[in-house]
Amino acid sequence: MPSHLPDIASGRLSPDEYAANFLDIHPPLDHHQAIVEADRCYFCYDAPCVKACPTSIDIPLFIRQILTDNPEGSAETILSQNILGGMCARVCPTETLCEEACVREEAEGKPVKIGLLQRYATDVLMDERGEQPFARAASTGKRVAVVGAGPAGLSAAHRLAMHGHDVVIYDARPKAGGLNEYGIAAYKAPDDFAQKEVDFVLSIGGITVERGKAIGRDVSLAELRQSYDAVFLGMGLAGVNALGLEGEDLAGVADAVDYIAELRQASDLATLPVGARVVVVGGGMTAIDVAAQSKRLGAREVTIVYRRGQEKMGASEYEQDLAQTDGVVIRHNAKPKRLVTEAGRVSAIEFEETRDDGGRLVGTGVTFTLAADTVFKAIGQTLVPAALNGSAETIALDGGKIRVDDERRTTLPGVWAGGDCAATGEDLTVAAVADGRIAAESMHTALSTSSVAA
Amino acid sequence: MANLASNFVGIKSPNPFWLASAPPTDKAYNVVRAFRDGWGGVVWKTLGTDPPVVNVSGPRYGAIHSNDRRLIGLNNIELITDRPLEVNLREIKEVKRDWPDRALVVSLMVPCEEHYWKDILAKVEETEADGVELNFGCPHGMSERGMGAAVGQVPEYVEMVTRWCKQHTRMPVIVKLTPNISDIRTSARAAHNGGADAVSLINTINSIIGVDIDNFAPIPTVDGKGSHGGYCGPAVKPIALNMTAEIARDPQTRELPISGIGGITTWRDAVEFMTLGAGNVQVCTAAMTYGFRIVQEMITGLSSYMDKHGFTSVDEIVGRAVGNVTDWQYLNLNYVAKAKIDQDSCIQCGRCHIACEDTSHQAITSMLDGKRHFEVIDAECVGCNLCVNVCPVENCITMEPMLAGVDPRTGFPITGEYANWTTHKNNPMAKAFVPAEPAE
Repeated sequence: MPSHLPDIASGRLSPDEYAANFLDIHPPLDHHQAIVEADRCYFCYDAPCVKACPTSIDIPLFIRQILTDNPEGSAETILSQNILGGMCARVCPTETLCEEACVREEAEGKPVKIGLLQRYATDVLMDERGEQPFARAASTGKRVAVVGAGPAGLSAAHRLAMHGHDVVIYDARPKAGGLNEYGIAAYKAPDDFAQKEVDFVLSIGGITVERGKAIGRDVSLAELRQSYDAVFLGMGLAGVNALGLEGEDLAGVADAVDYIAELRQASDLATLPVGARVVVVGGGMTAIDVAAQSKRLGAREVTIVYRRGQEKMGASEYEQDLAQTDGVVIRHNAKPKRLVTEAGRVSAIEFEETRDDGGRLVGTGVTFTLAADTVFKAIGQTLVPAALNGSAETIALDGGKIRVDDERRTTLPGVWAGGDCAATGEDLTVAAVADGRIAAESMHTALSTSSVAA
Repeated sequence: MANLASNFVGIKSPNPFWLASAPPTDKAYNVVRAFRDGWGGVVWKTLGTDPPVVNVSGPRYGAIHSNDRRLIGLNNIELITDRPLEVNLREIKEVKRDWPDRALVVSLMVPCEEHYWKDILAKVEETEADGVELNFGCPHGMSERGMGAAVGQVPEYVEMVTRWCKQHTRMPVIVKLTPNISDIRTSARAAHNGGADAVSLINTINSIIGVDIDNFAPIPTVDGKGSHGGYCGPAVKPIALNMTAEIARDPQTRELPISGIGGITTWRDAVEFMTLGAGNVQVCTAAMTYGFRIVQEMITGLSSYMDKHGFTSVDEIVGRAVGNVTDWQYLNLNYVAKAKIDQDSCIQCGRCHIACEDTSHQAITSMLDGKRHFEVIDAECVGCNLCVNVCPVENCITMEPMLAGVDPRTGFPITGEYANWTTHKNNPMAKAFVPAEPAE
């Protein structure tokens, strides 16, 4: 490898280029476009799109309400199932959910643009009416602690508040919103939408947010169970999987989620340093988001390397296409083997090609090396169970995540969980919102029928 | 390219497409533009007596749109020409002189006194126009003054004025009928009895096109108020087709030439009117929506159609479907058809199921072996065709006639024999069995 100085710099682009690169990636529909698009919906019987939506939004109904010029009614239909319908409209991989199921996808390969229609309706309600269409029920006098102000926690808190319970949310970060605020690509939710939506959700009343309070550090699960009538855990995954290579802690190796959070919080993108040659290890949405954003910040070469084949990637094909259109190169079937270091920092990363041996991934012995100023790890996040310690009883895990039943009850009485920290399947914003709502309904039933043992 | 030449009651035009009497034919400027684009003829916008009428200077039109803002129906509250009679007559004369191969018919509406008609007919004759069309149709404005539909709604007046006109002119007289009556045949017979050379129909339908639900006033709203207007455009075509067929198959008027009007937008619409008895067609809303150039599509479309069928004259199309228009009582009650869903083209929207399940005969499944699956249950299907009509996929659901076997719904064998209501055992008025529709 030729010796080189790391090329990491900020301000690679002109202000106009930064602005253009981080514009809203899917510009909203205007009124006429929304009507024309809504007219494409067939109002299917027992619609497949509804079944494909983790929050089971009545999609044909909300689209018909747009068509008949009732966008606020449409937004109510959406928000009654998914209070974060605005963000989900922006970040849902609709191409693998509702829009994949749309019969027009089957018919002509052009599904109804359900995501954009959902955004149209929720934007009208949030921008024009401003206040939310839901009111609190009479106070029940019950108090619920929610851990994490991300999609799961906000969803749970809103539904609990609606039912008249008083909610306190504990969140480790300075701002509420979870991954809506600190994760996901900036161009998917520009204009501070995450905070606007948090304000919108909280405006129902009865919810207090304790910011900068992390479970396991500032508050313990045992205390919460003691002090509240019920607890919902929705704190996400604080840990990041390691590559398991020597030199992983050297300069130039970074967690993708940390960099994305930094980007999301940057007041001026021109101040954010980015490497000229970026290698991303992983195959999920985080890998795509960090790669595409690095490219849009001015990185010269960005390569995603994924250990398995293209069909196994967690990121949707649509997202892969987006990244590739941005100029990101995606290489499949190669696993990281060695970090090449120089003067105390990474200068390249060596990969070994792999093949699938009856489901088992094996190295072929063939290697290649990519020069890198920055290597991003995007191979998944993990629950940090230590945060839940201190309870007299131990909460049961399932595959490293909190075990829950259909109603999102954990193995601890009075404790529910949802979102990424719970073992419920897909790690999607919309799935987290569904968990929060389902858990809240279960908690409400429990709180209404008997006092929950704390 | 087929020969589209048309001869309608002696009025020749290079094709059977005329512009109807309306704003597009109010001035030489417009008419010349239409002729340049290929229209076979025009009916000049209705002339009246001087001083000319005055139109509102606010909105004169209202529309029904599809959701992508295609114009489906239009209504208007415009009156007849508001230009001086002399100006119109001079322009008509000039246009006819410059465009001798095109049909130029003049629409007329004057009060119901013979001298008014006699006077204006003489003036029109001087222009060398090919004929006149009596406007007994406009439902708004003029009808309040005893003209337009106010005449067309009284068969005696229709006959009387038609007779005057036939007496006072050598020109062919076409009587334009209003659809705002209970039986179009009565109006057509009156025109026929008065000696009309032809009828043209339909004029516009009385309508309020919509209501401004925030200001609580009909649309179009003129300074806070609205008035009923005349409805036209694609939405009225089915009404016009039926009225055309009614006149064409009425024993009293079956020889009376018809100029078909009502929502004609494409060559196909024109052919439909002609098969039901129209000798030519008149177009307005389509031109007002898209401009005059649409006639080029109509000309080429009609030509291709005629070539495909081997027709050498447009007259071969006229009336071809009339013999197949019959009364309900003569429909074959032994004919059985069942819907069939092509599973390969089905996109699983389920609209056929819910339409049938909620509103009809519970004859389409939604599940098979626990999976989404839409299939017709022959034992329940009455062959109503609703599923065909609501299916968004062309030719996915078809109606298949049963030619043999037993209808699983009724248990009756398919015999292939014709039998209608007139002889049915459930009909208290049943006659002896007649094996075919009575010859007319």
